[in-house]
Amino acid sequence: MPNLRTFALPDAGEGLTDAEIVRWLVAVGDEVQINQPVVEIETAKSLVELPCPYDGVVHDLCASEGDVIPVGAPILVVDSQEEVCVAEPQADGSQAPRPLVGYGPSVLRHSTSVSAASGLANASQLRVPQPILAKPPVRQFAKDLGIDLATVRATGPGGIVTREDVTAAQESQAPRQLATYPSDDQPWLDGGTVSSDGRHTRVPIRSVRRRTAEAMVTSAFTAPHVSVFHTIDVTAMMALVDDLRQDKEFADVRVTPLLVVAKALLLAVQRHPEINATWDDEAQEIVYKHYVNLGIAVATDRGLVVPNIKDAHRMKLHELAVSLGDLTRTARQGKTRPDQVSDGTITITNVGAFAIDTGTPILNPGEAAILAFGSIRKQPWVHKNKVRPRWVTQLALSFDHRLVDGGLGSTVLSDVTRVMANPAQALVWG
Amino acid sequence: MVDMGGSQPVGTAGAVDLPETALQFLSPDGQVRSAGPYSPYVESLTTDDLRSLYRDMVLTRKFDAEATALQRQGELGLWVPSIGQEAAQVGSAHGLKPQDFAFPGYRDHGVLASRGVDLVQTFAHTRGVDHGGWDPREHNCHLYTLVVGAQTLHATGYAIGIVKDHACATGDPTKDEAVIVYFGDGATSEGDLNEALVFAGVNQAPLVFFCQNNQYAISEPTSRQSRVPLFHRGAGFGIPGVQVDGNDVLACYAVTAAALDAARAGMGPTFIEAFTYRLGAHTTSDDPTRYRDSHDAESWKALDPIARLRLYLTLSDHADQNFFDEVDVEGAALAARAREAVRKLEAPPLDSFFDLAYNEPHPLVAEEHAEWTAFETARLELMGAGR
Repeated sequence: MPNLRTFALPDAGEGLTDAEIVRWLVAVGDEVQINQPVVEIETAKSLVELPCPYDGVVHDLCASEGDVIPVGAPILVVDSQEEVCVAEPQADGSQAPRPLVGYGPSVLRHSTSVSAASGLANASQLRVPQPILAKPPVRQFAKDLGIDLATVRATGPGGIVTREDVTAAQESQAPRQLATYPSDDQPWLDGGTVSSDGRHTRVPIRSVRRRTAEAMVTSAFTAPHVSVFHTIDVTAMMALVDDLRQDKEFADVRVTPLLVVAKALLLAVQRHPEINATWDDEAQEIVYKHYVNLGIAVATDRGLVVPNIKDAHRMKLHELAVSLGDLTRTARQGKTRPDQVSDGTITITNVGAFAIDTGTPILNPGEAAILAFGSIRKQPWVHKNKVRPRWVTQLALSFDHRLVDGGLGSTVLSDVTRVMANPAQALVWG
Repeated sequence: MVDMGGSQPVGTAGAVDLPETALQFLSPDGQVRSAGPYSPYVESLTTDDLRSLYRDMVLTRKFDAEATALQRQGELGLWVPSIGQEAAQVGSAHGLKPQDFAFPGYRDHGVLASRGVDLVQTFAHTRGVDHGGWDPREHNCHLYTLVVGAQTLHATGYAIGIVKDHACATGDPTKDEAVIVYFGDGATSEGDLNEALVFAGVNQAPLVFFCQNNQYAISEPTSRQSRVPLFHRGAGFGIPGVQVDGNDVLACYAVTAAALDAARAGMGPTFIEAFTYRLGAHTTSDDPTRYRDSHDAESWKALDPIARLRLYLTLSDHADQNFFDEVDVEGAALAARAREAVRKLEAPPLDSFFDLAYNEPHPLVAEEHAEWTAFETARLELMGAGR
């Protein structure tokens, strides 16, 4: 007889109501010991590992990575070999122990409706044996498919299991296998489940992807975006990049065209500080920033991250190069800290890295402008009245039209391109 | 007996910049060096004393780790980890005599362990069943105070009481009493501590102000709280200050024992700054990676107070593997007992609210107590009749 003990999600901060399951550190069938870290959760306050309260064997993980679980809901069931004389608190809402602090979860009362994928319903049915209600044809249907009705979530009136419930259970249970393995070359499928016909894979939306989506939706549907474009000859800038690469003072850093673009944007912001601002809708105010936290969009294995260089406006070119290198390296290693992605004021997205000419970027929420920097290619160009092969690139600037007018946006983009076309301009403005 | 090598009072170790002013006896490589006038205190430590310091630090750490895990499992509403600060807490508290009184903050589990308070009793308030958890008179150790710095005023009042009772400077050091109060760097920015310094100074109260500078007041670094080293703070109030390597249990012991001796002899208060580092979070509710560089914690781990004393005990033959194993077993048993006990904690009877409000009988409290007793008796009778 298994001795099942449930670990309910604790309130890891003071008064939190839910947390996201970031990563399971154990799997069903694993032996676990008291205080062994079993899961990583992310709350509104921090990322923490939860230690297991029981010795035994993992019987069930009641939630998937990416699920947001209310405090007090079961997350893990351990089959503990020891005899228990004290009755363990049950996992159904009625007898669950109240969280020690805060108000506890508001959704706990109807927790069976939280999420079918989380296995919550399964977990509670394990411990609350009740007669299963289903019509004979549905029972036969389930039997034909080899589905145990006890594992099906009932949605019919009065808790009756319907034919659709059985179908849903089949889809969620039968293909319960990882689509890929860590060594696979399709990391985007990691953690997904393949449909029974093998024609699609459902992957839960997780932390970075979810946050990117939320930020993009918020930004795209609150700030009216306008984009302006400019194509320019950057042959002089490429010569400067070559010179800097030879320069002893820059021997310890990687000099790239992005460095010059960053400097050009900082100079443009210095000349037009009103672009470096936030629309605060709630307060009905525009917040002008007297500092530049320069965001750089970085593509990583885990998704898009936009860390920013704090107080970039104060930096000399070398210091800026060091910060750029650190920031991209940290992001690619997945070690970007939360404070590095907060409080950005203006952003560059280097779409040229993908050999793309340009795009219409979506603003990082809370910022008024974002600069897209395209690929630099040798192209025929009219230079001194003759067609010559020259280094040419295209830039796009998207801006929030609530606080930036076309005139300002265009002037800023034009200033950036002036420095890029003729870096000596920086001497005049710097 | 502790043998001293050469005399090098200055501490520098690892990547951490320990201030040159911080007194150190026991270096991270397990060597003991002389530190001027405090040396007699360290020289007189017996093998048993040294083992006792080690034991209390290890028990504190094991218990603290278990409590942190219990919070993560939903058994405690909150926990305040002490990891990294064991030397400051245990070393200083070992300088106390039985008649002395300690006023801890809320992170000072090592002080409780050294005073003989059962650490499991701290769960009463972190689990939310009681405001206290133990009888302060039993071990001359006050309850944890959660209001930052407020305990410095309680301690000052108590210490002035000792002066008024003529219970210090009697010429009999076995009877003279002194007080120690614990607080962190954050409390030095509070009004309460500054007021306490005023009153303790002008009354020459037998009080040791023991500041554990763990570098952060939650997320605020010390550099944003003080323009001068914290141990200079006492000077303006006429209170001498000493800075000590807070991860050196021998130095913390010696400096505190000397300050308490001076207090008992009627020489007034001392301000001690133990320069240390909190390796864990401020409480289980915060995430230190958001305000602190994780490299710092790594370099401070090289200065671990327990590893340092263990190394010395081994090198100087004061203890062997058997002893260390015994202490580890004792720690594991304490952790298991804590896990067992936490769920069984019960709220104290409501009578204690009335009994513990005032030291002496109080007519209003007595009246309310009688009313409540009558109500409760009637209620229980009704419930009995209902069955």
